[in-house]
Amino acid sequence: MSLEEYKGVFTFAQQVDHKLEGVAFELIGKGKELAKDLGTEVTAVLIGSGIKDLADQLAEYGADHVIVVDDPKLENYRTEPYAQALAGVINEFKPEIVLVGATAIGRDLGPTVSARVKTGLTADCTQLDIGNFPLEPKEGVTQKPNQLLMTRPAFGGNTIATIACPDNRPQMATVRPGVMIKLDPVKGAKADIIEFKPDLTENNKYVEIVEVIKEAKKTADIMDAKILVSGGRGVGSPENFKILDDLAEAIGGTVSCSRAVVDAGWKPKDLQVGQTGKTVRPNVYFAIGISGAIQHTAGMEESDIIIAINKDESAPIFDVADYGIVGDLNKIVPALTEAIKAAVKE
Amino acid sequence: MKIVVCIKQVPDTKNGVVFNPDGTLNRGAMDKVMNPDDKAGLEVALQIKEKTGAEITVVSMGIPDADTVIREAFAMGADKGVLITDRVLGGADTWATSSTIAAGIRNLDYDLIITGRQAIDGDTAQVGPQIAEHLGIPVISYAANVEVEGDYVKVDRQYDDRMHKLKVKMPCLVTALSETTTPRYMTPGGIFDAYDEKEVTVWGRADLKDLDDANIGLAGSPTKIAKASDKVRKGAGEKVNLDPTASVSYIMDKLTEKHVI
Repeated sequence: MSLEEYKGVFTFAQQVDHKLEGVAFELIGKGKELAKDLGTEVTAVLIGSGIKDLADQLAEYGADHVIVVDDPKLENYRTEPYAQALAGVINEFKPEIVLVGATAIGRDLGPTVSARVKTGLTADCTQLDIGNFPLEPKEGVTQKPNQLLMTRPAFGGNTIATIACPDNRPQMATVRPGVMIKLDPVKGAKADIIEFKPDLTENNKYVEIVEVIKEAKKTADIMDAKILVSGGRGVGSPENFKILDDLAEAIGGTVSCSRAVVDAGWKPKDLQVGQTGKTVRPNVYFAIGISGAIQHTAGMEESDIIIAINKDESAPIFDVADYGIVGDLNKIVPALTEAIKAAVKE
Repeated sequence: MKIVVCIKQVPDTKNGVVFNPDGTLNRGAMDKVMNPDDKAGLEVALQIKEKTGAEITVVSMGIPDADTVIREAFAMGADKGVLITDRVLGGADTWATSSTIAAGIRNLDYDLIITGRQAIDGDTAQVGPQIAEHLGIPVISYAANVEVEGDYVKVDRQYDDRMHKLKVKMPCLVTALSETTTPRYMTPGGIFDAYDEKEVTVWGRADLKDLDDANIGLAGSPTKIAKASDKVRKGAGEKVNLDPTASVSYIMDKLTEKHVI
């Protein structure tokens, strides 16, 4: 089969406990753009047990088609039956692009499936485009049009690389949650639904789930926040985060933090913004006492407005901030909170 | 019991990275270390060895200089070491790397294979699961609390909001995390033995059977680099240095101007 016969953009619609993850919608949003450039359509692949009814949500967020693989073996995520399901879909429907969220599940499923269908996989992409490979014409090399160009950070966010997969199909990428933008849902939109039954024969690769221990989410998801008040080591102590809590409350925001704060044990890991934490793009991001190592900025530089407060005027955070204030956060932050409270009252 | 631990020599990014003028990484100018997740994987293996008397073979693929990470593994307590090195294997992506390492591991006896979750240079977390796929054995990635019980391995696998306690029959592969395991230091006697008593087995392309030339090196890599560069930052906006009261007024003006409040 020639490479040109592979058609369509497929997105993995990750659900856990019958709830679709935000990245499932983000991938459809990006997939629509790529599909438009390629003159093709977006198919969401929904895998689980008793999950058919979720297909309508995927349609509302833009999926043209939904392939449903519904089987009791797929109740809880396990690498093998999920890999059988997704690889089965790829082998049957031959998509040219497959996008998977770079979640704890996607970063496990992606490598196994890509090896099984003998293609390349680019991890943790932050940008996807359609273009030529090589980018510029090169003597002795046939330049191929309509390739998926996958851009990702490497070396802890110190470098970025753009990668193509010109000679294998599908072109596969895992995509960082929070980076792509979901479309506004269209209520009542319907997709063409295809129920597919891949071979899910149990084999030596089926692991036994002895126990599932669910952990209640203690904190608001910083990826959903419109305003983030983020603190770094410069805040000084876990107690002093109180002034950030107060600011967040006054402005209707959520507190997040840098890696240094998590490493010091001041805040839990799920509040961490950055390369090894979460990627966020709120409307307003306050970076307070954060020096702004690339590790951190890689996770927040797409925020609409970045306001940085730091006493060190050479701190790299000022290189990405829209508004940088050199000064003492202990004086500025409480006064700002009061000013906002006063303004809100009016 | 036989354990294979895969280890990689990586540039140490702790003290920043050095670039070539063309934007690619100047690996030669940076210190090299054993990848942290791999070192955690070796520690997991050493703890199993202490309980069960397992034999540990470390396998690394890289340039001849990667010999040093194998010696380091010896000094920590690994029994045997294999270095897979050959010019034709260079430039490999995760598919070609995992195909090559899997072919090397086929030359060995193993019950359990441990790799690190991911390497700090590529951060892909792909090679471990892909080695398992090539060998046709189960994989548990992001493994914490790895315990051997008879023919089975028990592992805690962490997801975003839950943990799965898993049990799987060997042979299998697990990928280890540096967050949950602190590796031991090398012992002085171990360092001495690592250089004077132990041999690193070196395998080239010819030693790897069941490996198609189409699946190795740069040419056998499905993914190709179109462009690599130093990260382009967003670019600075305004920066002011005012007294606290004026700073607050400045921020309030901006928040009002942008309709935040």
